[in-house]
Amino acid sequence: MSEVTRTDVIVIGGGIMGAATAFFLRKRGIAVALIERGLIGQQASGTNFGNVRRQGRYLKQLPLANRSREIWGRLQELLGEDVEFLPSGHLRLAYNDEMTAKIEDYTGQARHYGLDLEIISGNALRDRFPFVGPEVRAGSYSPHDGHANPRLAAPAFGRAAKRIGAAVFENTEIVVVEKAGDEFRVEAADGRLLYAPQLLISAGAWGNRLSTQFGEPVPLTAHGPQMAVTEPLPYAILPVIGVASGIPHEVVYLRQVKRGNIVFGGGGRGPASADTSRANVLPENTLSQFTQISRLVPALNRLNIIRVWSGVESYLPDDIPIMGPSAKVAGLHYAFGFCGHGFQLGPGVGDVMAELIATGKTETPIEPFAISRFRNTKDVALPS
Amino acid sequence: MADPRVIIIGAGPAGVRAAETLVDAGLRPIVVDEDARDGGQIYRRQPEGFTRPQSALYGSETARAQALHTTFDRLKGRIDYRRRHLAWNIANGHVHLVSDGAASAVPYDALIIAAGATDRLMPVKGWDYAGTYSLGAAQIALKAQAASIGRRVVFMGTGPLLQLVASQYVQAGAEVVALLDTTPFLTQVKALPRLIARPAVLLRGMKLVAGLKLSGIAIHRGVTPLEIHGDAETGVSGVSVRLDSGEIRRFDCDAIGLGYHLRPETQLADLARCDFEFDAKSRQFWPTLDIDGRSRINGVYLAGDGARTQGADGAEISGRLAAFAALADLSLRVPEQRVSALRIAAKRMERFREGIAAAFPWPDFLAKAIPDETIVCRCEGITARELRGVALEKTAHELNRAKAFSRVGMGRCQGRYCGHAAAEIISAAVGAPLETIGRLRGQAPVKPLSISTRSVLT
Repeated sequence: MSEVTRTDVIVIGGGIMGAATAFFLRKRGIAVALIERGLIGQQASGTNFGNVRRQGRYLKQLPLANRSREIWGRLQELLGEDVEFLPSGHLRLAYNDEMTAKIEDYTGQARHYGLDLEIISGNALRDRFPFVGPEVRAGSYSPHDGHANPRLAAPAFGRAAKRIGAAVFENTEIVVVEKAGDEFRVEAADGRLLYAPQLLISAGAWGNRLSTQFGEPVPLTAHGPQMAVTEPLPYAILPVIGVASGIPHEVVYLRQVKRGNIVFGGGGRGPASADTSRANVLPENTLSQFTQISRLVPALNRLNIIRVWSGVESYLPDDIPIMGPSAKVAGLHYAFGFCGHGFQLGPGVGDVMAELIATGKTETPIEPFAISRFRNTKDVALPS
Repeated sequence: MADPRVIIIGAGPAGVRAAETLVDAGLRPIVVDEDARDGGQIYRRQPEGFTRPQSALYGSETARAQALHTTFDRLKGRIDYRRRHLAWNIANGHVHLVSDGAASAVPYDALIIAAGATDRLMPVKGWDYAGTYSLGAAQIALKAQAASIGRRVVFMGTGPLLQLVASQYVQAGAEVVALLDTTPFLTQVKALPRLIARPAVLLRGMKLVAGLKLSGIAIHRGVTPLEIHGDAETGVSGVSVRLDSGEIRRFDCDAIGLGYHLRPETQLADLARCDFEFDAKSRQFWPTLDIDGRSRINGVYLAGDGARTQGADGAEISGRLAAFAALADLSLRVPEQRVSALRIAAKRMERFREGIAAAFPWPDFLAKAIPDETIVCRCEGITARELRGVALEKTAHELNRAKAFSRVGMGRCQGRYCGHAAAEIISAAVGAPLETIGRLRGQAPVKPLSISTRSVLT
C-alpha cells in the first residue's frame, strides 16, 4: 500500500504532547496527521505517576505550567471524557530546617509567577494533615494542584483530536523523515507517505533519533519511573504528597485515587531502553520506597502493594525539556524530553505548540527549552 | 567453578523431583515454597496435628502422595529448604523472597520454576457472591482445614478436578447437590483415543464418576451456566443452568465450586522474561519451552503444571527433566538413557494432556453470551459491559490496553482469574482471533506485598 496524505502539520509521536498538539491544532482549524508507532499514550504518558503539580518546578517553567493547569480545569468539557482530574491540592514536605528554608524560599519566588503557596508547619500541619509522619517539619501546600489518571489522559486527547478531524495513525512505524524542498516527507513502514510544510517531533525517548536526522542531536537518556500501587482503602488522603529533599532516595511521592488505591513512586529511577521499549522496576527500589513511604505516612505501613510498573521516560542533563522551533530547519518543531515531569504540562504544551505552529509565536515564554542550548553539549548549563 | 547455585521454586511434585535429581547429582539446591509444608496442591500435607488418614485425603493417589512426601523428608538435610517464603520478584539473576516481612535476594546460576496451576475460570452472573469458590479452593478447604465450603454444595464447570473434588466431598460426608458439567458426553467420548495414552488414569476417572452416580449425585453434562443466585448479605442461594435438553433448572445450594480445568501460573516465568506463545488448542498463551522444560532465557527452566497442565504424574517427570536440563547446561554429567526414557514418558504425558483438554474443553463459546451486567473482574468490580465498552468504543482490542482503560485484571489477583475470560470477551466483541488480543503481562509482586517488608542481609 502507498497511500498518500497531504496535510498542514505532521506530528510524530502520540504521547500526551503529540496528541494534545494535534487536538489544539484542529481547534484552530489546521489539518494534522498524528503518527504513533504503538498506541496513543502507551509509553511515558501512560505509565507516569499522574501528577498535576506546579509547585517545585523550575521557576521559568511556571508560566507554561499555569497555562496547562487552566486547561486541566476544563479538560472534561474540551475532550468530552473524564480523565479523573482531581484538583485536590499538592503538599510538598520537608524533613529538616534546610529543606524547610528551601520550600519557604521557593514560595516567595513562585508568587511572582502567579503561584500562591502556603507554608504550614508543626501542629498546624498535623491538624490539617494528621497522617503525616513525626519526622515531617513543614510543608508547602498548593491548593489548586492535584492529579489525574495518566492511562486515560493522552488517549482521550487522541480520540478527541480524531473526532474533530485529525488523521490518527497508530501502530505506524516511521522509516524515513526528511525535508524535500519546502515540504517534509514522512514514509511509514507500511508504505504510507505523508507530506506537510510543518513537522512536530514529540517522540519522547525516541525524539533524539529524529532530531539527529535533522542535524540536532541532544544528550537524551532513557530511564523508568519506579511506580507501585496499593490495594484500595477508604478515600482519605486528598492532596498529592511529595518529599522535598536533596537526597534522591528520600524523594518519594504518593496520591490516593478516588477508588481508594494509593499510587506511589520516586526514590530513584530504573533502567529503560528506547531500543526495546522496556523499562523495569528494580526490586531494591521498591523496598527502599517502602521505608520512605512508611516514614512519610506511617499508617501506610499496614498496606500491601498489588502491582509495580515502569515506562520509558526521556531525560536531559539539565532536567528540562526540549520545546520550540528547530534552530536549523524551517517548519520543524520539537516537544520531547520532559524529564519525568511532563504529564502536568501536556495540555499546555499542546496548546502552546499549536499556537507556535499556527502563528509562528507564542505568548508563553519557552526560550529556556530551546534545542539550541545543546548546540555544543559541553556548554550545557544546569538550572538551579 | 564453585558449586552451582540452583533455585527451585515450588515443593510440589515437580519441585520435589527436581530437587531429588539435583541432590542425586551432588548439588544442594535451594527449594523455595510458599507453604508451611511440602507437597504442593494435589499432594498437600495437612497441618501438623490434623489426623485424617492419608487414604481419606488422597484416595486413589495415596501411594503417590506418600512416595513424594517420603522423598522430600529424606532430602531435607541435603537441600536448603526455605518454606513459607514467597518468591515475589525475579530480576537480574536473583530471586527475591519474602517471609514474615523480611525480604532477601538470592542469586542463581539455574532457576527451576515449578509454580503450579490455578483454576481456569469463566465468569457467570452472580459469581461474585460469597459462597462461590474455585474448585482448587474447595479442595484446599477440605485438605488443609478439614472444612467444606458449604452445607449444600454444587460443583460446576468441567475438567478432571470437577469429578475429583466432588467425590472427595462425598467421601468427607458433605452434601453434594449436583455436578454440572459444561462438556457434552459425546465430546468426552471423542477424546477417548488420546486418553488411552494412560489407561489406568482413564479407568480411575471412570470409577470416580461411577462412584458419584452410586452416591445418588445428580450428574448433568452439556449444561450451560446461566446464573448463580443469591444476595450480597447472605451469599449464594442457588444456581440456574440450561440442561442439555433445553430445560432451565435451578439447584438450591449455599456454596458452589467452579472451575474449567487449570491454567499454568506463569507470573514468575514472565518476570524471568521468558517468551510466550499461543496454544490454539487450549486457547491460551504459555511459556515457550523445549521438551526438557528449557525456556528461551539461559538458566531458566519450567516444570510441572506451571509449564503444561499434565497433572501430578507429568509434573514429576517434567521436574526431573528440568533438573537434568539444568545439570547439562551447567556442564555436569547426566545419564543419557535416563533422560531419553523420561522424554518418552513426557511425550505420553503431553498426549494425555491434549486428550484431557479435548475431553474437558474450555467453554470459550460462553464468553459471547455473558450478560452485560455480569462482573468479569471480581477484584476491581468490572462488568462485561465496561469491558466491551472499552473494546468497541475506545478501540482497546489488546488486553493490556483494555486493562489500562477499564481496570480489568488490575486488582489483587492481577488477572489470574479473569484474564483468560476477559480476552475471550474482547475477542468475541470485536470479532478478532483470540491470539491477537494478547495476554496480561505479569508484574511484581507475584502476590500482594506488605509495605512493612524490609530487606535483610542473606
